[in-house]
Amino acid sequence: MPADLQSNLAWQKLREFAPESIEDAQFFRGELTLRVRPESLRRVCEFLRDAPGLAFKYLSDVTALDHYPNEPRFETVYHLYSIETNQRLRLKVRVPGENPRVDSVVPVWPGANAFEREVFDLFGIIFEGHPFLRRLLLPEDWEGHPLRKDYPTEGYR
Amino acid sequence: MPVTIEKVPGHEEKVILSMGPQHPATHGVLRLVLELDGETIERALYDIGYLHTGFEKSFESKTYSQGITLTDRMDYLAPLSNNLGFCLAVEKLLDLEVPPRGQWIRVLLTELTRIQSHLVWLGTHAIDIGAMSVFLYCFREREDVLKIFELVSGQRMMTSYFRVGGLALEPPLGWLTRVEKFVKKFPERIEEYETLLTKNPIWLRRTVGVGRISAADAVALSLSGPSLRASGVMWDVRKSQPYSSYDKFDFDVPTRPEGDTYARYLVRVAEMRQSLKIVRQAMDGMPDGPYKANAPHIVLPERESMKTSIEALIYHFKIVTEGFHPPLGEVYQTIESPRGELGFYMVSDGSPKPFRCHVRAPSFANLQSLSKMIEGRLIADAVACIGSIDIVLGEIDR
Repeated sequence: MPADLQSNLAWQKLREFAPESIEDAQFFRGELTLRVRPESLRRVCEFLRDAPGLAFKYLSDVTALDHYPNEPRFETVYHLYSIETNQRLRLKVRVPGENPRVDSVVPVWPGANAFEREVFDLFGIIFEGHPFLRRLLLPEDWEGHPLRKDYPTEGYR
Repeated sequence: MPVTIEKVPGHEEKVILSMGPQHPATHGVLRLVLELDGETIERALYDIGYLHTGFEKSFESKTYSQGITLTDRMDYLAPLSNNLGFCLAVEKLLDLEVPPRGQWIRVLLTELTRIQSHLVWLGTHAIDIGAMSVFLYCFREREDVLKIFELVSGQRMMTSYFRVGGLALEPPLGWLTRVEKFVKKFPERIEEYETLLTKNPIWLRRTVGVGRISAADAVALSLSGPSLRASGVMWDVRKSQPYSSYDKFDFDVPTRPEGDTYARYLVRVAEMRQSLKIVRQAMDGMPDGPYKANAPHIVLPERESMKTSIEALIYHFKIVTEGFHPPLGEVYQTIESPRGELGFYMVSDGSPKPFRCHVRAPSFANLQSLSKMIEGRLIADAVACIGSIDIVLGEIDR
């Protein structure tokens, strides 16, 4: 395990709080990525937001990755930032390709609203508990989700 | 079905107004759906996507170098900031360092970008509220900045001037005298705008106390940039996580505690002064040396060396036809664009094309705060608020 991971406060505190919720931790170019179990996502997010000394009160970004044809097919990615401690953290959650669903983090950070709608629109991942989960960038009657890897980039519709 | 608000029983007397997407005060093609009680906004929803062009999908079928040209077209008022964010993300993926001269030129030009972007904002914001003349003054100075861009890169707006590992080409001789001319005259021009607006009673009546948002709400709604700093939150990526040698420059980050439209105006005007300070420092302390990194498998060789060196020719051929291969991994690189936190999330699978390139557009996140600002206020205030958060629809819809 790399030394900079051991000294990371978010990693230390989260391991004390809920060790079973973390599947994997990686360090690349000075950025910490934690892979969180889907069922504990909201609990982990609330902890990271409220824990003193962490205070990840700012949600920078929510997006997703499509690993088609591998399973679990999707990953949702959350970029958190703490204005107080000037730390960044990336969370990832694995989402299956069949009926992709994951808990919404809008109750934790209201700012996730538009980001999750965008992911729903372009990847077709359903965020449970989202207050207004509708297409955002594409028309309501659009078929398919363009950022999926099996969505064609050329040819006729 | 487009976005609508359904009539609720007991609220039949409410009027549902669709504002935009062709409304001149919506700065592009933003559509608002407003539920009105008289002229007071009860609820507000926004409808976007009219400019959606699928940039994030396009990135996946282009090499890293080709992707730069797409970034110009997102935030078309700050193309060089977008170029910088994209290049820094790829450089972080490659673990590549740009030489000091390249970094200094990048800082100088992105700060000029911030000035010209704020000038467009100030002009259009003022014209929305009814101060016609400011627009003409602002666009006069913006033209000077665009001429500097044209001199350096050949393009006024779609510059694509920053490349992975440095710059596209050495700036022409004497370009700094043009910058100097601008730097000399611009401070008095800012004074000029301020005499038109800062103490103007009509301006004050339209902006003071309008569209107030508290610091806690602003952070929770992922507001960033000058709009966040106008709510009293001191956060600027240039200071907190400096990139491109910003830690070597001396500047202040203006903040205001009020969180209203007037505070956002004051913060941006103060930012223009600070940007000018950075430009002056970058100009005076411009280091000598190469303007791009010495990494032949990533950075294109000089045209001259291709005529004499077979290696240079081979590298050129490889980069143009195939591209370069970054290592497996993912990075999230943020910069402070004129509108806030601009982030590029870049995932590499080892091939010459990004596996995924996601853009965290500041306007996209900032727009979420609009409803909070305008609910309970008049329609005319909505116009002032849209202007004050400074949105660019090209970046929102991507």
